[in-house]
Formats: sequence, C-alpha cells, structure tokens
Amino acid sequence: MTPAIQIRQVHKRFGAVQALAGIDLEVAPGEFFGLLGPNGAGKTTLINILAGLARADSGSVRIMGHDVIADYRESRRALGVVPQELVFDPFFSVRETLHLQSGYFGLRHNDAWIDEVMHHLDLTGKADANMRSLSGGMKRRVLVAQALVHKPPVIVLDEPTAGVDVELRQGLWEFVRGLNRDGHTIVLTTHYLEEAETLCARIAMLKQGRIVALDTTNNLVNRLDNLYLKLRIAGAALPAALAARVRDSHDPVHTLCLRSYAEVEGVLAQVREAGARIEELELLQPDLEDVFVQIMNREERREVGAEALLPSSRLAIPGSPQR
Amino acid sequence: MSGFGTLLYKELLRFWKVAFQTVAAPVLTTLLYLLIFSHVMQGQARVYDAVPYSAFLVPGLVMMAVLQNAFANSSSSLIQSKITGNIIFMLLPPLSYWDFFAAYVLASVVRGVVVGVGVLLVSLGFVGLSFEHPLWIIAFAVAGSAILGTMGLIAGIWAEKFDQVAAFQGFVIMPLTFLSGVFYSIHSLPAFWQGLSRFNPFFYMIDGFRYGFFGVSDINPVLSLGIAGASLLLLTAVTLALLKRGYKLRH
Repeated sequence: MTPAIQIRQVHKRFGAVQALAGIDLEVAPGEFFGLLGPNGAGKTTLINILAGLARADSGSVRIMGHDVIADYRESRRALGVVPQELVFDPFFSVRETLHLQSGYFGLRHNDAWIDEVMHHLDLTGKADANMRSLSGGMKRRVLVAQALVHKPPVIVLDEPTAGVDVELRQGLWEFVRGLNRDGHTIVLTTHYLEEAETLCARIAMLKQGRIVALDTTNNLVNRLDNLYLKLRIAGAALPAALAARVRDSHDPVHTLCLRSYAEVEGVLAQVREAGARIEELELLQPDLEDVFVQIMNREERREVGAEALLPSSRLAIPGSPQR
Repeated sequence: MSGFGTLLYKELLRFWKVAFQTVAAPVLTTLLYLLIFSHVMQGQARVYDAVPYSAFLVPGLVMMAVLQNAFANSSSSLIQSKITGNIIFMLLPPLSYWDFFAAYVLASVVRGVVVGVGVLLVSLGFVGLSFEHPLWIIAFAVAGSAILGTMGLIAGIWAEKFDQVAAFQGFVIMPLTFLSGVFYSIHSLPAFWQGLSRFNPFFYMIDGFRYGFFGVSDINPVLSLGIAGASLLLLTAVTLALLKRGYKLRH
C-alpha cells in the first residue's frame, strides 16, 4: 500500500543551524500519528517541507505517493495543513475565506461541503462575521475548516490546541477523531503529551533534527517498566537507604521509583522500621511524559559523551528557527 | 473557478472592499495636483504649441495615477500577506507560479486602470481634452500598469517589512514618475536632463500615453510601446524566476 507520507533522508539547514539532519519516516494511510519534540526540534520545519512551504536541501518527500516538488499539484491536493500560528486575512468574512480557499484548489460547487464543515466546527453562526472580529479560538476553528475545504486524505495539525480553552480542545479532538475514523490520516504535533498519549497510535520523537524514538504509543509507554510509589509520611524522615530511589520529594510527600511491584513490600518495611507512619499511598504507572523526559535526557547524555570524545564536533545546536 | 481565477478575484475584492482608500483617495489627490499645477504653471511652462498646459497636464497625471496605483496594489497586498502570515493560504494550494504572477499583475492592471479612468472622468469636468488615438491610450495604460504591477510584485517578494516597500516606492517609483515628464515636456529641459530622461522607461510610457490624446509626442509612439513592452518582458522574466525559486516565499 502507498504510504500516506513517505519521508526519505530529508536534510534542511538554515544558515549555521542544521534544522533537520536526515529524517526517515513513513506514515500509513488511516494512522493517527504524533510528532513530538521540544521547541526547535524541527517539527514545524518538517511539516513545512511536507506542505511545500519550505524546501528540503536533500532527500525526498511524498504525500500519497506524490513527490512534493515534482508532483506538487497532486501532493498539495492530498494534504491539509492547520498551521501553528493564528493567521487570517482581515479583508474577508469566514464564508469568503472558505470560498476562496476552496477556489484556490480549483473546486466548483463546493458550498454543501463548506456548510457542513462550518456546521461541524460550530462556525455557522459566524459565517458572515469578519475574520478580525473573531476570538482566538474561533480563528483556530476557521484554520481547521480551511485545511479541510478540499477534503484532503492527509491532515497535519501543528500544535492546534496551543492557547485554546478546554471546551474547544475537547470539541476539536472529537472532530479530528471523527475524521480519522472516516479514513483520514492524521499527523499531530503538540506539547500536551497527555493528548498525544490518548490520541496517537504511533509516535515519533524529534530532537535537534533527528528522530530519537519511533514506536507505537503502547510500546513507548511500556518501555519504562518501572513504576512510582507516592508516599505521604509522618513521624520520621524518609530513611537514607531510600535516597537513591527518590524521583521527587516535597516533604512529607515523596515519590520513589521502583523496578517492580515485588519491591513495594520491602520499601514500605524500610519506612516503617525508620519509625515513620504512612498516611497516604499511591502507585503510579509511568506515562508518555516520563518516557519523553527520559528519551530527551538520554540524548543529552549521549551528546555530551560524544563531544567529550570528539572535541571538534558540533552536535548540539540549540534554538533552530520555528518557521 | 480555477485557482488562478480565484486568486484574481480575491485580489480584486481586496482593493474593492477598501475602494474609498484605494480608488477615491488617489483620484482626489490627482485632482488636487491638476488644480494647483495648472493654476500655477499656466503660461509658465512651454509645451506643445497647440495644446494648453492644463490639457497637457491631464494625461500625465492620469498615467501617474495608473502607475502608482498599479504598483501600490501588488506590493501592498503581498507584503501584508507576508507580514500577517496569511500568504500560506496561497502557498498551500496547488497554484503554479504562473497563476500567482498573472493574478497579482492583472489585479494591479485593473486597479491602475480604474483609478486612471476615475481621474480622467473627473478632470473632464475642468479641462477639455481630445482623444486622437484611443487604442494607443489603452495600450499604454495597460502596458504601464502591467510594468508597475510587476515591479510591485518584485518589491513585495523582496521586502520583509512595510518600510522596505515604502523605501522602494519613495526612492525608485516616485523619482522615476516625477522625472518622466508628467508635469513638463522634456524639450523644455536643458540638454543634459533631456538626455538623462531618455533612460527612464516611465518617460516613454507617459509620452506614448499622451500621444493617444493629442496625436503629438516627443518620441515615436511605436518606439515607446516597444520600449515599454521590452521592459515588461524583462521584469516578467525576473519575477517568474523569483517565484519559481520560491525566493523569500518558500524557504
């Protein structure tokens, strides 16, 4: 089957900054895929290359089998992008904006679909309002609607929930899930790892222009087989023997890291023997955020190590541009 | 509608929605030039023998309005889209660089011609004019506005800030227009300035345009139209090359 997105050895440099250093990635049709990484990791640059807003220095990108340079008309028809920044054209109303966007794709008689998209995104009441008069959340919905006017099979959402209130966020995810159920391939970037964990079936983590993890969300979360024991104690301090296990400590609440359930007994016994009383207890499973933090830290250590070996190499280049 | 048709429609709608600023205001400004200059200069400036100064002035002012508004249309539309970021709405769809070029330049031609017609109609209330060769009038208006629309596109592509477009307008477009013979016949100039004027492509546009009204000109209008056409071709080639490369638009 033709991949929805196929990225091969994509490199991109902005001046001295290596924004993307050899990305290989395939997303299958119908996937709900997450692209995670800290600011400056290259997520937006990669999306811009998919969309033709930026050009790769080398490597190739195909959307539904169409090369984004040689076959740009077909690849752009297959792709809908919701940009990160809240952009709009102040000259036009919501309906005009959507009509124009539809027209740019050469579509005629698209009114029924435009009305449907506006209805699903709760924009019907604002159809004739000027874009300037809309709230941030409403503008965000219009951007989503614009990305959908041409019914693209592949939809990319670049941090669509940044600065969006809870209600809209829920509604937006419900809508995007529906699109995915209808067979659309969804690629999502977000800083809310909880969202990524619940929505995405597969995740790539980017750091400094490289993919540092690529797996199903389940496998990523299960990668950490440890668990956390959160204790609230009284009567005595946490025994020194447990210091090595402390992940987080806000006296009298301590979070300890365990390798397995079998260790719970022993730890509790140590606390008791030290003369402390357990007032509250909670066992926590690691979530995507823990995995993310661990992977990003591991990469950091690896770079420090490499730099120590090769003092002249330049690996860590912070702050690559966002657009 | 095709992608090109939609982009053209959007560009027309954009200036038409603010027509008070993009059409009415330039007509009024040009009318003020006409009233003040014809009052001050009547009898002072030496132009064609059979043509009174105020009549001589009108085609120059009309053409000046056509040129300036054609430039303003494409340059301001593009720089606004770049700065506000909504340029991506036009970069994401499958529009070719030809579509992009043709839509912006044609919209500029329309804006230039609409303002020019407005200035002309209002001027006719004050000054009597002849229309010796209407086809030449149309040909030079279209060629001139297309040239300036293309220059506006180049300025909009190149600029990253509003003041860079303003600088382009102030330091390139304004001097070339004012020194092109809008207010005078170059025969009234000293030899040096007369010679220099011949290197200004705007001079040929205005001279040829004026020929359409009076049937007299400093330069043979066929040559003037040839020079205007060659300038347009050169600028078109430059602009298309920039758009094809995605210069400052697709990074």
